[in-house]
Amino acid sequence: MTAPRTHHSRFGIASTTMVHAKGIRKSYGHLEVLKGVDLTVPSGSVACIIGPSGSGKSTFLRCINHLEEINAGLMLVDGDFVGYRLEGNKLYELPPSAICQRRAEIGMVFQQFNLFPHMTVLENLIEAPVRVKREPVAQATAKAIDLLQRVGLAEKRDSYPRQLSGGQQQRVAIARALAMNPKVLLFDEPTSALDPELVGEVLEVMKSLAREGITMVVVTHEIGFAREVADQLVFMDGGVVVESGNPREMIANPQSPRTREFLARVL
Amino acid sequence: MTGNQSIRGSVDKIDPDQLTIVPLRHPWRWVAVALVLVSVAAMIRSAISNPEFQWPIVAQYLFNPLILDGLWKTLLITVVVMILATLGGTFAALMMLSPSKLLSVPAAVFVWFFRGTPALVQLIIWYNLSIVVKDFTLWLPGIGTLYSVSTNDIMTPLVSAIVALSLHESGYMAEIVRSGLRSVNKGQYEASACLGMKPSLALRRIVLPQAMRIIIPPTGNETINLLKTTSLVSIIAVGDLLYSAQSIYARTFETIPLLLVVSFWYLAVVSIMSVGQFYLERHFSRDEHRNNIGLTKAILGNLAKIGRKEALA
Ligand SMILES: Nc1ncnc2c1ncn2[C@@H]1O[C@H](COP(=O)(O)OP(=O)(O)O)[C@@H](O)[C@H]1O
Ligand SMILES: [Mg+2]
Repeated sequence: MTAPRTHHSRFGIASTTMVHAKGIRKSYGHLEVLKGVDLTVPSGSVACIIGPSGSGKSTFLRCINHLEEINAGLMLVDGDFVGYRLEGNKLYELPPSAICQRRAEIGMVFQQFNLFPHMTVLENLIEAPVRVKREPVAQATAKAIDLLQRVGLAEKRDSYPRQLSGGQQQRVAIARALAMNPKVLLFDEPTSALDPELVGEVLEVMKSLAREGITMVVVTHEIGFAREVADQLVFMDGGVVVESGNPREMIANPQSPRTREFLARVL
Repeated sequence: MTGNQSIRGSVDKIDPDQLTIVPLRHPWRWVAVALVLVSVAAMIRSAISNPEFQWPIVAQYLFNPLILDGLWKTLLITVVVMILATLGGTFAALMMLSPSKLLSVPAAVFVWFFRGTPALVQLIIWYNLSIVVKDFTLWLPGIGTLYSVSTNDIMTPLVSAIVALSLHESGYMAEIVRSGLRSVNKGQYEASACLGMKPSLALRRIVLPQAMRIIIPPTGNETINLLKTTSLVSIIAVGDLLYSAQSIYARTFETIPLLLVVSFWYLAVVSIMSVGQFYLERHFSRDEHRNNIGLTKAILGNLAKIGRKEALA
């Protein structure tokens, strides 16, 4: 694993912490989906979030990169807010351009891949580096080819997404997120839309990223993957973190009856 | 059942190479074809032999300077109006899709009004604008009148025509663009946002190119429709194709031949537009074709093919 960076954040939170969520609340209308979620993800570590459907896992993940605005709580990524600027004791909402700059540092991989269907694989990979980070095309292309090799798809660079299998599309989506050199990668059930025989190839890529020390927050139903790769397993239910800790210990010996019940169902 | 069983029994004895397939015959289709051929022949014959069509006069006026000038005006109005309507329509569509009611409601009212009243009526209203608005004045409090111009000086027939048709067409384009934008999956917006793309960049690079697939076919129809709708401007004395022809046959009474000239040019332009639409559609759905080639490549390829044939001949 690479050594975690240790510079000092403005808010005194050790910046070896990549994601720091405290008391996150989020409602849709009258429905409170997140009821005070706490989570700390150290730099270079992997956190896996499990829990029944509708427990607020996706919503929480989307709060990390400010795809959803939170109603209360503190969400810091690499020691700074994503959607706000702190002045005195007031949080001012940032304009979209500033939020985009912050978001570019947070990669996200979706259940439905969300590749750009009108672009080739290579174009998908260089679009944001060239247009957002203003990297020269040649440099972005070289990096993209490198990334495609890492996910084992170098020969697909000129294919369009619809010509690829689901597993290949998801590996391209991971490469596309990596092309922005994100500080942290968020995965929302990356293998749930895949045929069973394609799940393995995507998990393999994710395991290799974990070994390289990339900080990841992974919402998943793959308990085996979580046990093997996660530094921290988080069980969410009903909009709160019910239990979290070392994955092996938690799976072998869950403390809460809700965790025990859920694990019994999925294992 | 017994028949099937007997076939199954004898299937081993059949040599597949000896079998021929007899296609289903469609006798009524041939009757219909014959009827169509007979009526087409009759029409062509009457068109050629009927002296009222006056084909020599058609040929004589086909490239008449006045007609070509009218054709140019017609094309100019079509192109300018289509550009303005596309911009206006896209703007209105973005407003309609805005979560803010303050933006979406005015846009919806705009579309409702300009789509709901006949183009001819709007044309005449704009042409007669000077009746309601005598002049345009830029007036600032404390400074007074900076600039003033009479409505009749600005609202020439051509300008009235362009303004009226642009607003009318904007209403249609807004609906077309809106349905195109809505056809793009929400995940595409989110993926762009997660890559740090600003909404304007995501719209330009990710959403619009995908929406184009839905937008182009009806826009092609609209353009062809608009080309023909521009003939309405002859009512307010804009010298378009129809107006030019009318001004000639008002003198010479060669009504039918001149209307044939007009029809010829409209058909010619529509045909060219259809070819353009074909290539545009192919360009924006290039990921659906395995041997994908872009618009420029396709046109260059066609030119090269023509060149090759000529070289062989
Ligand atoms: N945009 C939304 N509007 C209203 N309700 C939503 C929205 N997104 C999610 N929800 C609700 O929030 C709850 C949690 O959803 P989600 O975070 O997707 O759960 P999970 O990912 O754990 O399955 C669900 O009850 C869901 O119906
Ligand atoms: Mg979910």
